[in-house]
Amino acid sequence: MSAGAPGARGPMLAVALLIPIFAVNALVFFWPTFNLFKMSFIRGEATGALTDETTLANWTGLFRDSFYSELLVSSVTISLVITALTLVLSYPIALYLHRARGLRRTVLLVLVISPLLTSAVVRTYGWIAILSDGGLVNSLLKALGLPAQRLIFNTQGVVLGLAEILMPYMILALLAGFGRLDARLEEAAATLGARPRQAFWRVVLPLSLPGVMLGCLLCFVLAVSSFITPKLLGGGRVFLLATEIYDQAIVTLNWPLAATLSMVVLIVFGLALALYARAARL
Amino acid sequence: MDERPASPTLTILASLAFVFLLAPVVIVLPLSFSGDAFMAFPPQSWSARWYAAIFSHARLIEAFFVSLGLAATVTALSLMIALPATYALVRLRPPGAEAMFSLFTAPLLLPTIVLGLAILIVFAGLGLLGTWRGLLLAHLVVCTPYALRVLATSLANLPADVEQAAATLGARPATVFRRVTLPLMLPGVAATGALCFLVSFDETVLSLFMTGPRISTLPVEMFHHVESRADPLVAAVSVLLVGFTLLVVVLVDRSLGLGKAFLKGG
Repeated sequence: MSAGAPGARGPMLAVALLIPIFAVNALVFFWPTFNLFKMSFIRGEATGALTDETTLANWTGLFRDSFYSELLVSSVTISLVITALTLVLSYPIALYLHRARGLRRTVLLVLVISPLLTSAVVRTYGWIAILSDGGLVNSLLKALGLPAQRLIFNTQGVVLGLAEILMPYMILALLAGFGRLDARLEEAAATLGARPRQAFWRVVLPLSLPGVMLGCLLCFVLAVSSFITPKLLGGGRVFLLATEIYDQAIVTLNWPLAATLSMVVLIVFGLALALYARAARL
Repeated sequence: MDERPASPTLTILASLAFVFLLAPVVIVLPLSFSGDAFMAFPPQSWSARWYAAIFSHARLIEAFFVSLGLAATVTALSLMIALPATYALVRLRPPGAEAMFSLFTAPLLLPTIVLGLAILIVFAGLGLLGTWRGLLLAHLVVCTPYALRVLATSLANLPADVEQAAATLGARPATVFRRVTLPLMLPGVAATGALCFLVSFDETVLSLFMTGPRISTLPVEMFHHVESRADPLVAAVSVLLVGFTLLVVVLVDRSLGLGKAFLKGG
């Protein structure tokens, strides 16, 4: 970036030009976020009314009530399962795309990105059409004379739906990682006698690890904080951090607890990021 | 590089994964022509009754127009707020420009469920919940970071010498910006506008916290509908929405080269 000639009134002009964006962020980002942090230390009454007292009870309560420790463990576990499934489903597409050229590549890339332009509500609704009791999968099972399966309003449904929703992010991260994968390396491996399977496990996969790690970080973080898909496909039976935050905020009106759970989500984010930074250095 | 034939194993695996990726979007089209009262796939009968049902669903129609007006306003305001900020941060480069850039794009790092709750608590005290102004402010805070990002890339990629030449020839800074910088940035501005519009039109989680009985947006109404009942109505709405999104993308692409602007600015 090359700078123009700011001149003497540069800084003053810059300040003036930055006032609107600063005002919006101050009102709708800085203040609310700081307030949320404060809220996690405020004592609320059972009626939902807030007091002026500060307390650590919201935080210690999380550890005393086993519901919340289980909520945290199940949120992280389910998000890890979703991340792993997303990776397994996305890897073949990314590798295929990496090797494709020309029109085929362009068309497939558009197909990968187009779900991102489709609302998460719509895609989740599509999963309900596939997985519900009268849905596509159960109709197929019935036609084959097999017993019907309960596929939604449970953890399975949430995992399948979210894995699909997160695939485009994973594919794009993997594609970025494949940048360092030179086709000549695979040819060299083949020339030296490696069978295709060996070449994949010993050459392709290790070289693609940076992309894999980036994609996994991205998907894990998005899975932990996702709300629409778990709410709709979980049908109120799958309890996750994000759905609990919403219920506490809107239904129970326990803002201090919702704020504390939000801070927990941010702490999980921070830990995931730290883990990624450590893994990326190795 | 030549295209190397993919191995049969890879082709099969990739095809299966593609079916999985696209199935929920594709299934919505046949479902929207269902003639059944409840959701079943494959439908027992076919009709266009659910498309007709949309237009007699007053709340849905109202929500569509709220979303449309909101997205248009958010787009215009995002550009009006982000354009001066971009110019200040990229061209004037005051001390701490990098830090401020990170700060103003930081709302995107926060999960919307957390940001939504944070805004809910503050807006409840200000009486902004369930109001158009509240929705507008909440959408602005997630759209301006996208605007800032795309515009900054677009401006940084402009050669500064054209602007310097204009300045040397005696044009005042405001004139240089209006007559030289802005026209050169136009593809980036159009891409930014389209992006802000789609982000606002599609925004669901923040809106869920801001909407109420008095005002609602289309994604929120669809969410509540899917949550409370299983019928093909949302399929018909979805098909129209996907068509609408394609229309926005194609229109901007035709007129200003969105693909090019996104590739350069993304």
